[in-house]
Amino acid sequence: MSPARTFATAERVLRQLRHDRRTLALVFVVPPFLLTLFRYVFDGQPETFDRVGGPLVGIFPFTSMFLVTSIAMLRERTSGTLERLMSMPIAKGDLLGGYGLAFACVAAVQASITSAVAFGLLGLDTEGPVWAVVLIAVANALLGMALGLFLSAFAATEFQAVQFMPAVVIPQILLCGLLVPREEMAEPLEWLSNLLPLTYAYDALEQVTAVGETDADVWIDVGIVAGCIVLALALGSATLRRRTP
Amino acid sequence: MRRGGVLVLPGVSLDIRAGTVTGLLGPSGSGKTTLLRAIVGVQIVEAGSVTVLGQAAGAPELRRRVGYVTQEPSVYGDMSVRENLRYFARVLGAPLSRVDEAIDEVDLRARAEQLARTLSGGERSRVSLATALLGRPELLVLDEPTVGLDPVLRRDLWTMFHELAETGRTLLVSSHVMDEAERCDELVLMRDGLIVAAEPPGELLARTGAADLEDAFLALAEAK
Repeated sequence: MSPARTFATAERVLRQLRHDRRTLALVFVVPPFLLTLFRYVFDGQPETFDRVGGPLVGIFPFTSMFLVTSIAMLRERTSGTLERLMSMPIAKGDLLGGYGLAFACVAAVQASITSAVAFGLLGLDTEGPVWAVVLIAVANALLGMALGLFLSAFAATEFQAVQFMPAVVIPQILLCGLLVPREEMAEPLEWLSNLLPLTYAYDALEQVTAVGETDADVWIDVGIVAGCIVLALALGSATLRRRTP
Repeated sequence: MRRGGVLVLPGVSLDIRAGTVTGLLGPSGSGKTTLLRAIVGVQIVEAGSVTVLGQAAGAPELRRRVGYVTQEPSVYGDMSVRENLRYFARVLGAPLSRVDEAIDEVDLRARAEQLARTLSGGERSRVSLATALLGRPELLVLDEPTVGLDPVLRRDLWTMFHELAETGRTLLVSSHVMDEAERCDELVLMRDGLIVAAEPPGELLARTGAADLEDAFLALAEAK
């Protein structure tokens, strides 16, 4: 691996996004918009908005980066640019690292904007520090990126890639405890939720926003998310082939 | 080896001389791309060996010494010509001064700031070609690089190919148009996954007694 190639790749991914202003605008505007919608949908139940609002700030980047990466990577595969890169002196780690770096930056901006709107304009309260919410949001973005990268290998078209979003992301959001506490679910689902990375991300976010804890438990959850990122990246790396039939 | 479950190139034995422009000619579907991919090392080869510049094809060290241009231009459509080349130059570790030189070599100066997806097909393949020229590779493998190009540019590119060969580089260029055959130092004619001839154009004409290379190819194809 070489830092020069990793940074070159990160810069390239950001340049591509910069040329696609509409996507960038959607990435930055849709989460605050949805959060505002939540705020007024739960106008009569402010305690519900207070409970889910904070964690949602950290969960949006997971969804956005999953989608953006699965399409971006699918394009690399179908346009021949991946094959070209694989015939050049670039390590797979440089490519993955470059994507990770670029999307971590985008996620940090996204989570900061969403946090400003949520905690500033919408009057949402967090017990713990906002930086911890942003940090967990960045980890979630990387998780979404790593999963998107891996699953893009199983999509032959952009239609298929888009369908992976509801298939992979929505079950995790349903099971992570955001909508219903996990102990109130049917027991098999509670077990299943223990196997899904977003569950740990939600636990960490809930600890920070509702309890105000940034102690070891939170960082253990973040560590589990980090482990899942590494695992998904390893699986994704295995789908980047130097030789194809 | 197999592509799409079909056995292709059942038996090919071929040596390519360094410092020449070798043309790989044959109708589409004759196995040219598969052979080129095997030489670059991106093709899974079922049996046999491919040695490039003294190493097994696809060896990590060859990734800086071999340049490959696929038939479909493989560039990022959502970046400008210059941004594409800057990125690939950094990946190759080539000096950034090569970016403008490569843009000039394929005559795209006027399009340098344009997004690749807004270019015509011929212009996009020139960006793809410029990418392979960036690192000044010792072996340049070009899969139909001149399709759809203006005759003047086509002539200029062939002149450049020969200039590169004169500096000791080796070029392997595929084409399905016979009039490009006479511009090559060496010719490899393929048909149905088999090599029907591999020699300089002059020798091919003399051996078959044909008036031009098109007739020579026909004579060889019918003799089979």
